[in-house]
This record gives sequence, structure tokens and C-alpha cells, in this order.
Amino acid sequence: MKQWEVVIGIETHAQLSTQAKIFSGSSTAFGAAPNVQANAVDIALPGVLPVLNRGAVICAIRFGLAVDAKIAPRSVFARKNYFYPDLPKGYQISQYELPVVLGGKLAIPVGESEKVVSLTRAHLEEDAGKSLHEGLGQHFRGRSGIDLNRAGTPLLEIVSEPDMRSSAEAVAYARTLHALVRWIGICDGNMQEGSFRCDANVSVRPVGQPHFGTRREIKNLNSFRFMQQAIDYEVQWQIATLEDGGSIEQATVLFDPESGETRAMRSKEDAHDYRYFPDPDLLPLLIDQQWIEQIRSQLPELPTAKRERLIADYGLSAYDAKVLTSSLELVGYYEAAVATAGKANAKTCANWVMVDLTARLNKEDREISESPVSAEQLGGLLARIGDGTISTNIARKVFDALWSGEGSSADEIIARQDLQQISDSGSLETLLDELLAANPAMVAEFRAGKEKAFNALVGQAMKATRGKANPQRVSDLLRKKLG
Amino acid sequence: MIEHSLQAMAAALANKEISSVELTQLYLERIARHNSQLNAYITVDPARSLAQADAADARLARGEGGPLTGIPIAHKDIFCASGWLTTCGSKMLSNFVSPYDAAVIARFHAAGAVMLGKTNMDEFAMGSSNETSFYGPVHNPWDDSRVPGGSSGGSAASVAARLAPAATGTDTGGSIRQPAALCNLTGMKPTYGVISRYGMIAFASSLDQAGPLGRSAADCAILLNAMAGFDERDSTSLDRPAEDFSREINATSTAKPLAGLKIGLPEEFFAGGCSPEVMQLVEAAIGEYRQLGAETVSIRLPSMGLSVAAYYVIAPAEASSNLARFDGVRYGYRAPDYQDLNDMYCKSRAQGFGDEVKRRILIGTYVLSHGYYDAYYLQAQRIRRLIANDFASAFQKCDVIIGPTSPSTAFQLGEKAADPVQMYLSDIYTIAVNLAGLPGISIPCGFAGGLPAGLQLIGDYFTEARLLNIAHRYQQANAWHLQRPGGFD
Repeated sequence: MKQWEVVIGIETHAQLSTQAKIFSGSSTAFGAAPNVQANAVDIALPGVLPVLNRGAVICAIRFGLAVDAKIAPRSVFARKNYFYPDLPKGYQISQYELPVVLGGKLAIPVGESEKVVSLTRAHLEEDAGKSLHEGLGQHFRGRSGIDLNRAGTPLLEIVSEPDMRSSAEAVAYARTLHALVRWIGICDGNMQEGSFRCDANVSVRPVGQPHFGTRREIKNLNSFRFMQQAIDYEVQWQIATLEDGGSIEQATVLFDPESGETRAMRSKEDAHDYRYFPDPDLLPLLIDQQWIEQIRSQLPELPTAKRERLIADYGLSAYDAKVLTSSLELVGYYEAAVATAGKANAKTCANWVMVDLTARLNKEDREISESPVSAEQLGGLLARIGDGTISTNIARKVFDALWSGEGSSADEIIARQDLQQISDSGSLETLLDELLAANPAMVAEFRAGKEKAFNALVGQAMKATRGKANPQRVSDLLRKKLG
Repeated sequence: MIEHSLQAMAAALANKEISSVELTQLYLERIARHNSQLNAYITVDPARSLAQADAADARLARGEGGPLTGIPIAHKDIFCASGWLTTCGSKMLSNFVSPYDAAVIARFHAAGAVMLGKTNMDEFAMGSSNETSFYGPVHNPWDDSRVPGGSSGGSAASVAARLAPAATGTDTGGSIRQPAALCNLTGMKPTYGVISRYGMIAFASSLDQAGPLGRSAADCAILLNAMAGFDERDSTSLDRPAEDFSREINATSTAKPLAGLKIGLPEEFFAGGCSPEVMQLVEAAIGEYRQLGAETVSIRLPSMGLSVAAYYVIAPAEASSNLARFDGVRYGYRAPDYQDLNDMYCKSRAQGFGDEVKRRILIGTYVLSHGYYDAYYLQAQRIRRLIANDFASAFQKCDVIIGPTSPSTAFQLGEKAADPVQMYLSDIYTIAVNLAGLPGISIPCGFAGGLPAGLQLIGDYFTEARLLNIAHRYQQANAWHLQRPGGFD
């Protein structure tokens, strides 16, 4: 039986987080009533002209710098001509021969190691509107509606080389890219609302064959799960077809999540001739080095560099560093907590952010930005574990108190509720003497060799101090007394 | 009053010799009387015009009038004007009332000018005879069996017959200058980018430029002052300091006002292709320029011969894309009966566009198609650069280039309608100026067989004030431009 190699390249449309559209002043906010956010330019009245939104260019440059690509000093907007009711001008303004971002690379996790995927290009373009065929109400039965709110929304189309060799790699690429565009603040990454959508070009070839097989493009994958399912289905379909002696026709296909299958939408023969040519309404986009450097200086530290620094500076494990850098907000929170708690407590901070805080946020379905406990409050709390003021168990109580807004800082809550750990030997010894005197049976059991009795005595001591006693100190003193 | 220059008209308004309402009324009456003979206007809306005139009078009464306040101006129906039917000479837009003002309209409005009406034009500005209009051909006031030129034929005919003191036009390959020549007017196409294209319905975006059509260079300078200026809504608009295009005209005159001026005479303009009677008038005009102190030098524009071919690749290519928005979906004409979406597109466009527009959409679609793009579109762009280089070299040797505007005087209606190539050759002297983006002006230079001929002056970039002055000095020395057609009393 033949061995098959899977080859995947991905095209991603990332909707850029600008306030206004790319060639008109209309708002890009999601969810407005149909056509409310479409002005004369968006609906393509006769005589209107496009004017480039520099904010979209800044997003493209940020992306180019983040993937170590070349920013084209001169790029050109072109018209892609085709007719569709939700394309008001009869052409889409895009970039064709001269895109704004050339090349670049993205390191993606593959198992325990990583793989570098090369990027072909990234170019700016405008989105089309939406055609609505259902849910238009009684009055519009049997008709289609056009909503042009989305028309003219800025997109960055990011094209990878066919470097992925499995659906898992494809998903890892998409996830890494998704995290990156959010990290650098150019896209909100909301896949439900279509802010980040992927097309996967999939082909298979016998292992060892130098040239690629014929590809089919799976359009509009708007979740990572669907991407994986769609590619897996497509790969097994292509292999089965070839092994049955069939051949693959170049085609565009859609994934149906209901059936889990891909089905052809149009073949190569139906492919449009888009008649690209430079848009005479727009001047070439010129980007000088000074502008690039200015944007570079405003770019946050990138995920890879950040991870390396967390490991080197804070002694975190690679795993911790990876989890914490899953978003800029999360790592920002973590670093702010460490800044308050002190570097010595960096590991404790990591554990609390990754476990306690994340669990609580998930439970209440909140984003890190919506955490009732600020990074400074958490850092202040963890500093008190570090200096022995409170135990981890008490810290959890204080955390709950902070969460429900019972105080503005851990110190305030510790003081008010008198939660300070009792560590001084004098008061603990008095307490333990009373305890031993009151529990002769347990003492006898311990002496008879039952270690459980010892733990019970420690428990009694903790209970008597409402958890405030330093458990280690209690244990040490008790052994001494019983020893 | 109708023979007053714009400056004299403004003075009469300022001195209360006449009110704007009276002046507007006067022209509206003339339109009512003569338009049926000429078909120069598509839309006249007296109530609206008179309301504007009324507002202008109030402004004049406050002493806040400018050079155009209260003066009625006719606008080519290619400019979107809020609340006005804006058809572009097409059935496709025969029901389109614009919800907004083009930059040019807004600028005239700000200057206090009165909008007299929307003038007839070749459909989507595609034509050189005004015969492609859905609203029927415009007739030349000098001989109503003849064409007025195009595509700004309605604007030219209206000013020539004194149905408007002045008008706006647009020029993609000669559409201001050629009708100016055929109707005995002064018409200017400024440097590309001087006047905002915002709200001017696009034919070929990289070539389209608005401009004035008037009875003299002095009038055109006043109109250009109102029209020119940077507009951030047009990315190809040029951000330059404001200038007074009348400044050289208003400077003191001397006996030899053009002493030292070097006029370039391109061999290619004088090598046949032009009718002998027009050429004779052009030669005479050059003689007059020498009298005014200018000297002439022979120059060459070697790529000139390729300009019509390059133009008829680039302009249709851009047009095929610019006109894609007219699909019957959101506004404009939609076929009454159709089976499905594709059928609606096909029928709406088949019924909404005329033959010349369809011809150019087909040409444009073809030259942009996969496999033909390099051979046609890219090649044409290369020629365009060569032509611009030709002019750049020429302006090393001369200050202004002079030649005929059009190879003939006005031709008969229907004479070239069936032969597109003959029609395209009407613009043989004007097209290269658009390809290079240079300013050009056509001025009256005499009559052949009772029909006016035009002299074309081409300047280097941004030399509008100078070109207008060179035209003005000629008009100071003779009276060709003051001749008006009979029969429009």
C-alpha cells in the first residue's frame, strides 16, 4: 500500500480592528441594523471615490514586522472585478501583484518541538457585504436581502506556503496566527463573527513524489475544530479517490459540519477571470523606513521573545511560559502581578494565574480583562504567602474576599479579619501544651505508633487557631514535644 | 446682458442693475424658447434655480457676493447634484436623483452661483458628437444639422446659443476642448488632479478631469478659480497652494504682451490628417501670435501617433470596471422582467446601456482579460509613459504647444455615427494631453464655411494661469470668440 503525504497551505482573512472602514469613513462595529453602517462610498453611488484608511496600513505593517517579513516600500491596490449583489462596485479593491507584506515566517508548535512555516505574502483588501437568504420576515418571503454594513471592512489576507503536512499542523498554524494577530492588536479574532476565517488548500501525493498533487480549496473554515474535521475528511477522500484509480480535479469546496463532509462548490472551469488591474482611483501605497520604525517601536514584545524571557528571568518552565503567553492580556496580568509580588514569587504567581485565577474566571465566564481581582491585588496577596504572613489556605480565603470586593488589598483583609499566621513559638507552645493535655487518648495512640493521630493533633491545632497557625511550625513543635 | 462677460455680469449684479432672480429668469426664458431646437439641457428646474437665485440676491444685498454670486451656470449631467436628476446621458440613470453634491457642484454653490440646469452629454461621456445620449443628440447652434461635438455637447451648445453664461464640462480625451472648438467657445481641461473628481461620474478615472466652458479665457479663469482646489475625498486630487488663475490676465498689458514666449509647433500636428481649411485658420492664428511677440519653434512628439490606440485600451479598460456598479441592484435602471439574478444583471445592463457604452465595456473587458492584459493594457500604459516623456522633452524647448483642437469643423449629425473609428479620430489632437495629464485649452480661431474652428494650446503641468493668459492675449487682439450664432434671440 502506498504511503501518502498531505500538503496544506492556508489563506486567512483577518478583519482589522480599525474604527472605520478601509476606504470610507463608515464605522466597522459589528451587529448594527442592516445597511445602517453603509455610506455613499460603501453602497457605490455614482461618482464616489475611495480614500485609504491609514489605520489599516498600520495594522498590515505591524503584522509584517511581527512575522519578520519585508514591508513593501511601494505596493499597489488593484481592482478584482466580478458581479455579485453584495459587492456594490462590481469590483473588490485588493492588492494583487504588489502586496504590502512580502514573505515572513511563523513558528508553530508541533508535538514537543516547533516548526517554522513560511508565509508567502499578506495584502490589504476590503470585505464584501452579506447576502441574507433567510430570516427576513414575512414581507420578504422568497427574496434575498443585502446588508452592506460589512462592505468595505478592512481585511488582511495572509497566505502561507504549502508547508503544513497534517491537519494537526494546519490547526497549530491557524491557532498560532490567531493568537499573534490578537497579540499585536490588529484583529479581535472573533471567529463566530467572522473576524478570522481560513481557507485550506489541501492536496496529497505519494511520499517521495517531488511535485505537489492537485489541490482543492476548502473555503470559510470558521472554527479550529471544523478545520481539523474538514481537512481530515478531505485528505481521506482524496486518498480514497486516488487509490480507486480516480483523479483529483482542482476545485473549491465547502465543509458541511452537519455531515462532516466536503462538497465541491465550483470547479476550475467555472473559475472567474477577475481582470485585475491597478485601481486608478488610488495612488500607490508608499511606506518609508521612518514610518516602519515608528510602528516597530510601538509593537509589544512578541510571544516567542516573551516566552524566552519568562524562562530566563523568572525561572518558569517552558510549559508555564507557553500557557502564560497564550494572550497578551494574560501575560500582561501575570507580569503586573510579579511586579507587585516580587521576582522571588514569580513561580507562585504563575501557578495562581494559571490555576486559581483561570479556574475562577472560567467558572464565571469572564475574560482576564474583567477579573474582579486586579494583578496588583493578586501580587500583593502572593507576597504575603512568600513572606510567611499567611498560608496558602488562608490566601485562598483572602482571594475569595478580594474577588467579592470585601477589601481593596490583601493586607487590608488580613488585618481586618485577623488572619495573620501564628508562627511565634511562645504562643504556639502554650496552645500545644493545652492541646496535648486535653487529648491524652490521641497522644497515647501516637506513642503506640499511629501516625494518623499526629495528623489529627496538627488538625486540632489548626482548627483552634482558625487556620492561622503556621502548619510547619506546629508540626515541628509537636514532634519535639512528643519526641 | 447675455453678452456681458462674467466679470461685467458680476458688476451688474453688485450694482443692482439686475438681480440674480432676473438674470436667472432671463436664461430660463431663453432655455424655454430655444432648447427644443438644440436639446442642450436634460433637466431644468426653474423653481430650484430661482430659489438659489433668491438666496444669491440676499447674499449680494449683504455685500457678501463674490465673482460668481448670482450668476447662473449650467452643469454637465455627469456631476451629481443633491436633489437633481443626474443621468449621465444614460437610460441606466434615467431615474437617479442624487442624494449628494459633487465637489464641483458644492464649490459653485459655495461661491453663490445659481445652478441653471443639467446639460445633455454623450452617454457616460463616451462620444465625440453628443449622439450617444439616451436623451437624443444635441444640435450645433451654428448649424442645427451638425453635431456640437462631445461629450460635453450640451454644455457647449447651451453657452454658444447663450442659454447659459458659462458651463462645466469634463474632458477624458477631448470632451471639453473639441465641443468648444466646434461651438466657438473657450474650453479648458486643467492638469489632472487640479479639480476634484468626487461626485463626477467616472468614465476613465485616470483621464477624467472637469473644466470650464465659457465665452472667453477670462471667463474660464473665473470659473476655474471656483472649481479648483484640493479635496481629501479624491485621492488623486493635488494638495497645492490656492492660486488665482486670473492673475496673469489681470496684469497690465503691453504692445507685445507675449514677447519672449516660445511656441512649440509639433511636426505631428502639421503633417496632414487635418482638414486644409482648419489648418489655414490655425496657421493664421500662429501668425497673430507672432504679431503679439511670440516666437515659434518646431518640436517633435514622436509617440503622438500611438495616442488614440493607447487611449482606446486604457479608457475602455477603466470604464468596463467603473460601470460595473450599474447592475440594477441598488439604484438606476432595472429590467422589469427577469428569471434570476444573472438574468436581471444581463437584461438591466443590456437595456440600460446604449451601443457605444456596450462597445467600450466589451473592449475594456477584453483587454483586461487573462492572457491579453500584457499585450494590451500594459503596452498601452508604456505608450502613455512615452507620450508623457515626449511632452516633457518638448517643454524643454518651448513654453506652450499650439495646434488644431479638432481635425475638422462640426460634422453632420449621423455622419460618423456608424463608424466608431472615424469618430475616435475626431480626438486625435486632444487625447495625448489627457494621457499625459497636462492642461490644454481650446480657443476660437476663425470660421470655415460658417463653422467655427478651434486652436489648441497645451501647457506644462500647472501652467493654467499662463495658458489662460496666452489665450486671453489672443482674444484681446481679435473678435473670433465674440461671434455668436444667429437665430437665438
